[in-house]
Amino acid sequence: MIGYVLEVAQAALALVLAPGLVGLIRWMKARLQNRRGAPVLQPYWELGKLFRKEVVVSNNASWLFRATPFIVFASVVAVTFLVPILAVPLPFDGVGDLLVVVYLLLLGTFFLSLAGLDPGSPFGGMGASREMTVAALAEPTVALAIFALALSAGSTNLGQIVARTMADPGAALSPGHLLAFGALFIVTLAETGRLPIDNPATHLELTMIHEAMVLEYSGRYLALIEWAAAVKLLIFFSLLGNLFVPWGVSVTMTPSTLAIAVASLLAKLVVLAGVVAVFETRIAKLRLFRVPELLSASFVLALLAVTSSFLLR
Amino acid sequence: MGSEHLLLAVILAAYLIGALSALGIRGAPGRGLVAGCALVGALAGLGLGAVSLGGGQGSTFAAPFLPLTGLALRIDGLSAFFLIVIGVVGAAVAVYGFGYSAAYEGRHSLGLLGAMLNVLLLSMSVQVMADNALTFLMAWEAMSLSVYVMVLTEHDQPGTIRAAHWYIAFTHAGFAALVAMFLLLSAGDLTTSFAAMRSAPLAHGVRNAAFLLALFGFGAKAGVVPLHVWLPMAHPVAPSHVSALMSGVVIKMGVYGLLRVTIDLLAGGPAWWGGLVLGLGTVSALLGVLYALMEHDLKRLLAFHSVENIGIIFIGIGAGLMFQSYGLTTLATLGIVGGLYHTINHACFKGLLFLGAGSVLHATGTRNMEEMGGLIKRMPRTALFFLVGACAISALPPLNGFVSEWLVFQALLGGSAIPQPEVAVIMPIAVAMLALTSGLAAACFVKAFGITFLAIPRSPEAEHAQEAPLSMQAGMVSLALMCAALGLAPSAVVRVIGAALSGLERFAPAEVGFTLGLPLRVPGAVGEMSPPLLALGLVLLLGLVPLGFWLAGADRRLRFGDTWGCGRIGQTPRMEYTATAFAEPLRRVFAELYRPSRDLSIDFHPESKYFVQSIEYRSEIHPWFERVLYDPLVHVLRTAATWVRRLQGGSVHLYLVYMTVALMVLLTMARWGR
Repeated sequence: MIGYVLEVAQAALALVLAPGLVGLIRWMKARLQNRRGAPVLQPYWELGKLFRKEVVVSNNASWLFRATPFIVFASVVAVTFLVPILAVPLPFDGVGDLLVVVYLLLLGTFFLSLAGLDPGSPFGGMGASREMTVAALAEPTVALAIFALALSAGSTNLGQIVARTMADPGAALSPGHLLAFGALFIVTLAETGRLPIDNPATHLELTMIHEAMVLEYSGRYLALIEWAAAVKLLIFFSLLGNLFVPWGVSVTMTPSTLAIAVASLLAKLVVLAGVVAVFETRIAKLRLFRVPELLSASFVLALLAVTSSFLLR
Repeated sequence: MGSEHLLLAVILAAYLIGALSALGIRGAPGRGLVAGCALVGALAGLGLGAVSLGGGQGSTFAAPFLPLTGLALRIDGLSAFFLIVIGVVGAAVAVYGFGYSAAYEGRHSLGLLGAMLNVLLLSMSVQVMADNALTFLMAWEAMSLSVYVMVLTEHDQPGTIRAAHWYIAFTHAGFAALVAMFLLLSAGDLTTSFAAMRSAPLAHGVRNAAFLLALFGFGAKAGVVPLHVWLPMAHPVAPSHVSALMSGVVIKMGVYGLLRVTIDLLAGGPAWWGGLVLGLGTVSALLGVLYALMEHDLKRLLAFHSVENIGIIFIGIGAGLMFQSYGLTTLATLGIVGGLYHTINHACFKGLLFLGAGSVLHATGTRNMEEMGGLIKRMPRTALFFLVGACAISALPPLNGFVSEWLVFQALLGGSAIPQPEVAVIMPIAVAMLALTSGLAAACFVKAFGITFLAIPRSPEAEHAQEAPLSMQAGMVSLALMCAALGLAPSAVVRVIGAALSGLERFAPAEVGFTLGLPLRVPGAVGEMSPPLLALGLVLLLGLVPLGFWLAGADRRLRFGDTWGCGRIGQTPRMEYTATAFAEPLRRVFAELYRPSRDLSIDFHPESKYFVQSIEYRSEIHPWFERVLYDPLVHVLRTAATWVRRLQGGSVHLYLVYMTVALMVLLTMARWGR
């Protein structure tokens, strides 16, 4: 029973924390760039404002355009039930493994791209085309990183991976793990639309990917999509944090370990947010046609991760 | 036993009546009879498959059924499974064909089309039940020729005859390989039963030769790279319900044959057999989807995706063969189950997608996606069914494509159990290529659905498109429901496939570690998931969010306006993103493979080159294989044909001499051979 309560609590926590995570990265970036920056809570006010605004839908758009925000949001929230954010093993661990997580997120991307094409605007089409290109090219890296993790854990189920790494702390520092972490970090940047692949701060239509795709959305629909994007970022961060550095994740589910789990989750998120903020301050956006080079670099990292896991078993 | 004989009689009778009546009766009654007979036959086949899978043991049918001696039928698990595949798609195609072929009334030979449809379904049903090489080969040839006739239905369209030539050349090259293979296996007597072939001791060299011949013959039918070139030509030019049958079922006969020969008659082989099948599968999957991405002809795009999906099926089977050679029976079963699961899945969603494409073609009269758009408002049901198919083929949970790809992934991940360095390289690369394939497939179907059905129509034909008639919708809806059912009940499907494999000795899945029940757990605890719970969760969440909106009193105002055009008022279809533009980033990424030819000519104003009068841009992609592999081959064949033509002098005397000489030589040889 406590497990199911924990599942709901974890999903709720992810939903609540996600906009703050985006705000935190923005704030840190601003400080690093000698700007004062908007407060960390700014994304919450933006979401609140969007929820109160009227929706404008294009005359050309179909029901798909109006259903997509819900599909995207539902798929992302479903993932928060599967990913170990606070504790393992979760009761829904058997409902979906890491492959399910990846393909559920692809489901959201798929519909969002379709919705980008629906109003018939060239911006939407451009964003959709680029988003699918990046998503498709990131896919092999994700699969190989999963392979590397599954090799050492003997399972693709998230609870199992976390438990195995906790049982054998040395594994966290094995070359396979480190290389897979590097690969998955690059994929995180690509999948969540961060620099150097996409620039979440730009509103120049020709350079952006995600923002161009959702250009026609407004009001509560836009709020749902922005919120889902924030939750997706949080999911990737907690995957990076909890799969590779699982300490702090609660195994016994007592109040004290859960408190530690929340604290360690916050610490991991802050560290990762800091890393991303530094990254985004230090590097410029890549030209679109150089993104595949970066993704193939991450692919090579992942392939090395698998091979070294194989050889060093 | 009795019900099986009865069902077999119904299958044979229904298809034969359908074929004969098609030639005799014209108009709507004729079409109705064709569709009805095909439907009854397909459903009887479905029933026969289900009954024999439920019964467990295979059953042999007595010869009195058949007027010709030498023919033998026997039904076991594998045949039953493929009978189900034929039945599911065949029934949907039969119903759809009633409405679709109405457009051919008076234009083409409708009788021949209906007759050949029944012959095709009959020959495939007989083929999967064949118990000796003779029966198999006769059914195989009947299948190939009936498809040939149907591909030629629209022979007045450009490209059709060329496509049919390529098709018949490949199918006959494959047939020759199959005859040679069966002669090797049966030591020269084609009426040897399969049971006798199983127990026949064969030398290693003979087994390897038989495997390679089988891979060539069945691979050519399945459309595996590099034997796929005929497929994207022949599948699109056939009438759409026939395309659905060709992509959904006919190419699966190659899969059936390969499984029958490699895992049943030869009962597995050395590791390189599996490695070869796995490698061919990987290359087919990737190249299939890459060429599909560049295609703007909706049906050709789908045909290239058939190459891709056959590749995925081959990956599963190849992994299974490989594990089997290392003695890992459970993982081997997992691979084969993944391959078979994808076989029935692909039959359903590709059948559905071709039927959907047929409805679009029926409504707009074009296969060119660049002239479509906005069809979701004009053909809402077709659009919904096509969307289901697109999600399924893109392996999106919780539909069926995801489940089988997940199983294949799990089989490949299990490859870590083999302590061989070469496997340590092959398996991760196969995993990565499979993942890339599914990502690219998703991108391709965003293009296929988005450009065809969404936004504003790009041509007057698309503007005035009408929803498909009810019979066509019925065909599509049955396959769409199958896609959902196969995705939501994987435990039941895996159980059925397990029963289908139960007769095969070296792949004994009696104790397969699939945990049945809601979650699908694969052997060796590699992974676990539950599509029904996943679907339930998604549906709940989809309902909860609007409910939350309502409870929180969110703003519900909604206004319709123009799409943002940077201030420009009045949007035209010319502003929309095109299919070419959508695929452009990927074309650049894979430019090394595509090597597109570019032809850009700009016409400047005579006064100043800053004013452009017109721009003409042409870019074409010639598939690499046709250039490198087949152009030289065709050249050699042409040269040889010119030489051979000299024999054909046109004089009857000359021909009489040939005949006499041939007769004398044969008689002498027969004398010596004694």
